[in-house]
Amino acid sequence: MITVQFEDFDIGEEYAALRKQAGDAGAIVTFTGLVRELNATSSSDKIRSLTLEHYPGMTERCLADITAQANTRWQLLSTRIIHRVGALQAGDQIVFVGTASAHRHHAFESAQFIMDYLKSEAPFWKKQTSTADSHWVESRDSDAEAIARWQKSK
Amino acid sequence: MLTINYFASIREALGKSQEQLELPSGVKSVADLIAHLAAGSTRFRALIENEGKILVAVNQTVVGRAHLLFEHDEIAFFPPMTGG
Repeated sequence: MITVQFEDFDIGEEYAALRKQAGDAGAIVTFTGLVRELNATSSSDKIRSLTLEHYPGMTERCLADITAQANTRWQLLSTRIIHRVGALQAGDQIVFVGTASAHRHHAFESAQFIMDYLKSEAPFWKKQTSTADSHWVESRDSDAEAIARWQKSK
Repeated sequence: MLTINYFASIREALGKSQEQLELPSGVKSVADLIAHLAAGSTRFRALIENEGKILVAVNQTVVGRAHLLFEHDEIAFFPPMTGG
């Protein structure tokens, strides 16, 4: 299941739901991404808040496609993606990925695969506001490299 | 009628999130549409010339500049994604 929402989520509830859906899963992996209080331009300049914009429609299609790809590569019993949009503060939960499988390697690897692809391909954009200024976050080469690694190991 | 959506830094630079226009005659591809929009707007031209990488999606799938356009296509311009 895929959800894009403004509201926060409860990882206990999400884990319980995955466990229920997955039946005889031998492994459940959950990942939670948080808003870091990064240094922006100087040590005294801290990220205070983040605004997340997305492309409604394309986001859901893209996440469904990533989930479908994960299902062709690993034996998964259930998957869950939650991504928040709107205004977030440092320390807030921003993204949740959960995968359930009979085998732990399948659950671990697919969760990482989904996160790597989500970061590079799902149409979300972060604008961060620090004590000094407000600017759109630049994409990082390391995100594209993470994708390349999966393509090589296909 | 084409629907064109702009997101994030592109939306802010252009001061609009969406516009609609008739598929102009002579516009066959994404590259043609970019040239057409740049010819009609200094802001769009400045964006194309100065902004780093700009991605284009047609009907919610990222495509290359040679992708062909058709009436009723949904087009979007945006910077590289930064979610997660």
